[in-house]
Amino acid sequence: MSDFLRTAVELQVQADAIGLGAIFALMAVGIGLVFGVLRLVNFAYGQLIMAGGFALAFASERGWPVAVGIALCLVVVLALSLAMERVVFRPLRGQSPAVMLTATFAVAFLLQSIALIWFGPLGKTAVSLAQLNRPVSVGDVEIRKITIVAIVTAAVCLALLVLLLNRTSIGLHMRAAAMDFSTARLVGVRASLVSAVAVLLSGILAAVVAVLLTVQFPTVTPTYALRETILVLAGVVVGGMTRLVSATLGGFAIGYVSGVLAAALPSGQSQYLPSFVFGLVILVLLLRPGGVFTRGAGTVERV
Amino acid sequence: MSEPALRVSGLEVAYGGVAAVRGLSLEVAESEIVGLIGPNGAGKSTTLHAIMGLVPARGGDIALAGESIRGRAPESIARSGVALVPEGRRLFGELTVRENLELGFAAARGRDELAFVYDLFPVLRDFGKRQAGTLSGGQQQQLAIARALVARPSVLLLDEPSLGLAPTIVDLVFATLEAIRVRGLAILLVEQRAQRTVALADRTHVLANGELRLTLTRDDAADTDRMIAAYLS
Repeated sequence: MSDFLRTAVELQVQADAIGLGAIFALMAVGIGLVFGVLRLVNFAYGQLIMAGGFALAFASERGWPVAVGIALCLVVVLALSLAMERVVFRPLRGQSPAVMLTATFAVAFLLQSIALIWFGPLGKTAVSLAQLNRPVSVGDVEIRKITIVAIVTAAVCLALLVLLLNRTSIGLHMRAAAMDFSTARLVGVRASLVSAVAVLLSGILAAVVAVLLTVQFPTVTPTYALRETILVLAGVVVGGMTRLVSATLGGFAIGYVSGVLAAALPSGQSQYLPSFVFGLVILVLLLRPGGVFTRGAGTVERV
Repeated sequence: MSEPALRVSGLEVAYGGVAAVRGLSLEVAESEIVGLIGPNGAGKSTTLHAIMGLVPARGGDIALAGESIRGRAPESIARSGVALVPEGRRLFGELTVRENLELGFAAARGRDELAFVYDLFPVLRDFGKRQAGTLSGGQQQQLAIARALVARPSVLLLDEPSLGLAPTIVDLVFATLEAIRVRGLAILLVEQRAQRTVALADRTHVLANGELRLTLTRDDAADTDRMIAAYLS
């Protein structure tokens, strides 16, 4: 037990856990944005990241410059996001949550199957940014560059998003639509525009996550990011689904806890990590069903 | 003669198999106030919702200055110049007063400016940074009317704007309608306060069971017997 605690408070472990939390927070925002406007839990979010990962691997195997790889990743993920919105999300808007969740499950497994046919079960490797795994010394602590890049990138993305939501008229329209979609339409807010922008922003975040994640886990397989998505969904629900801030904190928290546990659990016991995390999730949900980071007891609305 | 700002002709609305509005026709011209009164369930709110595109019209037509808007989405109708002050106000309680007003710009067709609504309702300028949900009922009603007006609509629909308000606020609401009609607005007012509505409006239609039963003019406001008969018919 004392070994566990000693490892857990090590600065390297803390830094890596915060880095993972930052990536999970970005995924939580991506899922939370779409949920806020469309009341739709996008289970297929991980497959967007998987597609971005394959785009990066595709570019990496051909020796294309890093910038081209990232651009390809962005194009692929955005095209896929907008196609999903147009073909599945928009026609299903206003349906029951069960119908929409089932539809996104179907999309998720469809994309996974396509990836399996195209790239095979072993997947491809994205190594263009592998040098970011080298450490830098901060004081007497060695921290991997990707950890710093992930934290800074997440902070910048979140700050830009906050500015967009609070300082622009499309941001105001999105917030209003998230609170009361039908009244927002009544005052003239364009439903299709706000839902398209929400999906677009969510897609940009998925592309960013794909870039950050492939540095640490370069082997992209058809099930890439699936485990992370399930963890983030749990984090979002635990944090509080109905508010972007609480969903983001939930995503960060579950990333952070997973990071610490992964490092601190004795190496022979790391297979117990998911059991620990999800045991904790169930416990928290029993105590605060409306979310940890929401005010008051907070029941989940409209779900 | 030019087309009226709003023309509803032979409107039919049904919920499930039950008819809520049957063959309703009415017109509101520029600078005109038309009242719509009648018992609960007469189809008054449903008529406003059908004009706004919130419920589908089964038959008939709704036209703005001669152009049909039937079948269009609510946001498209709002952008064509119709604004609804809904029953219960439906403000965004967690947004500030100013943000609620800025949402009105979503349907605006012209310059974005708030000065004229601040002239009508000075309290909204003073409380601009407050959350709308923290305002009193009367202040919220002023905000709801102001939010509709910043879009510079040509047709203003109001659904029981005096419901649950103190008498002084009711006076303010009715005085405001009188003041804004001269801007050329066509106003369709659904109300429970029959006598005041009849006294304010150029003409007032009495609706019962989804049908237009009777049309009253200002002169009828003093004629209590006729008003009661209109409700009981």
